[in-house]
Amino acid sequence: MNRENINIAFLLIGLVLLQIVVLNNINFLGYINPFLYIIFIFLFPIKKIDSSLILLSFFLGLAIDIFSNTGGINAFATLFIAYVRIPVLKSILGKREIDYSITSLFKLPFFRLFLYVVILTFIHHFIVFGLEYLKWSNFGLILLKTFLTSIFTIILIMISFTFISRKR
Amino acid sequence: MQQIISFLYKNKFFILFLLLELLALTFTIQSHSYHKSKFVNSANFVTGGIYNKINNFKEFLLLKKENKRLSEENVYLRNVLGIHEKSLLKFDSIITDTVNYSQIYQFTSAKVINNSYRKNNNYLTINKGSDNGLESDLGVINSKGIIGITKSVSKNYATVLSILNVNSRVNVKLLNSNHFGSLSWDNANYSTVQLLDLPIQASIYIGDTVITGGKSTIFPEGIPVGTIKDFKTKNNTYDFINITLFNDMSSIGFVQIINNLDKLEIKELEEKTSNE
Repeated sequence: MNRENINIAFLLIGLVLLQIVVLNNINFLGYINPFLYIIFIFLFPIKKIDSSLILLSFFLGLAIDIFSNTGGINAFATLFIAYVRIPVLKSILGKREIDYSITSLFKLPFFRLFLYVVILTFIHHFIVFGLEYLKWSNFGLILLKTFLTSIFTIILIMISFTFISRKR
Repeated sequence: MQQIISFLYKNKFFILFLLLELLALTFTIQSHSYHKSKFVNSANFVTGGIYNKINNFKEFLLLKKENKRLSEENVYLRNVLGIHEKSLLKFDSIITDTVNYSQIYQFTSAKVINNSYRKNNNYLTINKGSDNGLESDLGVINSKGIIGITKSVSKNYATVLSILNVNSRVNVKLLNSNHFGSLSWDNANYSTVQLLDLPIQASIYIGDTVITGGKSTIFPEGIPVGTIKDFKTKNNTYDFINITLFNDMSSIGFVQIINNLDKLEIKELEEKTSNE
């Protein structure tokens, strides 16, 4: 157990508690509850995909699911963005290969960091609401919810980033 | 063979990813079907315990509302008692033969420790479980009306399928005529539910009261549901009927769980009849 692992464990537990105790009860404008917990996928050190991120993101999503009675929706979506985050980052940076030893989240140019957050958040929220309704007739509603909730989540994630990066 | 193994080894993360996604999808599909979500629900030791802690804080905020509801219920019950007393006075003596009475419904009180009402499929979590004699498929009500049906039950906690759930179907009828229909929810508004399958012969008016039908063994007859808000007829059938609930589903404190003691007998009898 080195320091990084302990930090990650605390981050996981803290995010689950924050999500279920506070964020799932916000109901802004009636139904908007931000999914801040996916910040875990961004804060996880940028490195080649391995089983630790796959398993952790799956269990993070499953924990949220168990608390909010949503089956496996969050687990599915969180695992999906955990798997595609490196390919997405590669295409945003326009590089074929990333030098993992020098790339870190807060060294990214602001616009690219923002784009990275926006793309992954949209994918995650679209999967969550798509699976929740599971019907094409609700496509408009799914898009609307995805859009509104994403805005809220992205704002929260970017605010958290400024706090975390200042600390370091 | 070696090639297959090396192929699997090269793509091991992708295979792990696929397997876990498949698992998540299975949980999702299970939760959409009515009675199958066995693993992923908030009726277990950890989640129930945490929700219980959170609820202890929240309860203070709800006390005022809850007290008001209780006092209203008290007034109602006193009124009912008053009616009985008067009818008792007509006779100067009564013989109460307890053999003639039998208890059909047993009520258990519980506290709601988690409540969702903004989603497509809403559930509540309550702080009583199999240790208190609860099982799945029991009706849940409070003094204002119906709330839902128990779904998963653990030792000390249970989840309740709210009437605000797309999968929920409850047998209801009109108070003033014995026409039956079923209650469902279209996921638009948490204070409005829909009445389906009501025959056109039933003449309804805005403001009519809807109560539970008592056709199933889950709810006894006559639990209040709500009043008719608006409706539309089309091709000589009811196109839609909206019902305003008596209950405010966004703030629910204490509930009662109804256990029909004759349930087993009725079920057995019905099975026997359908097998013949």
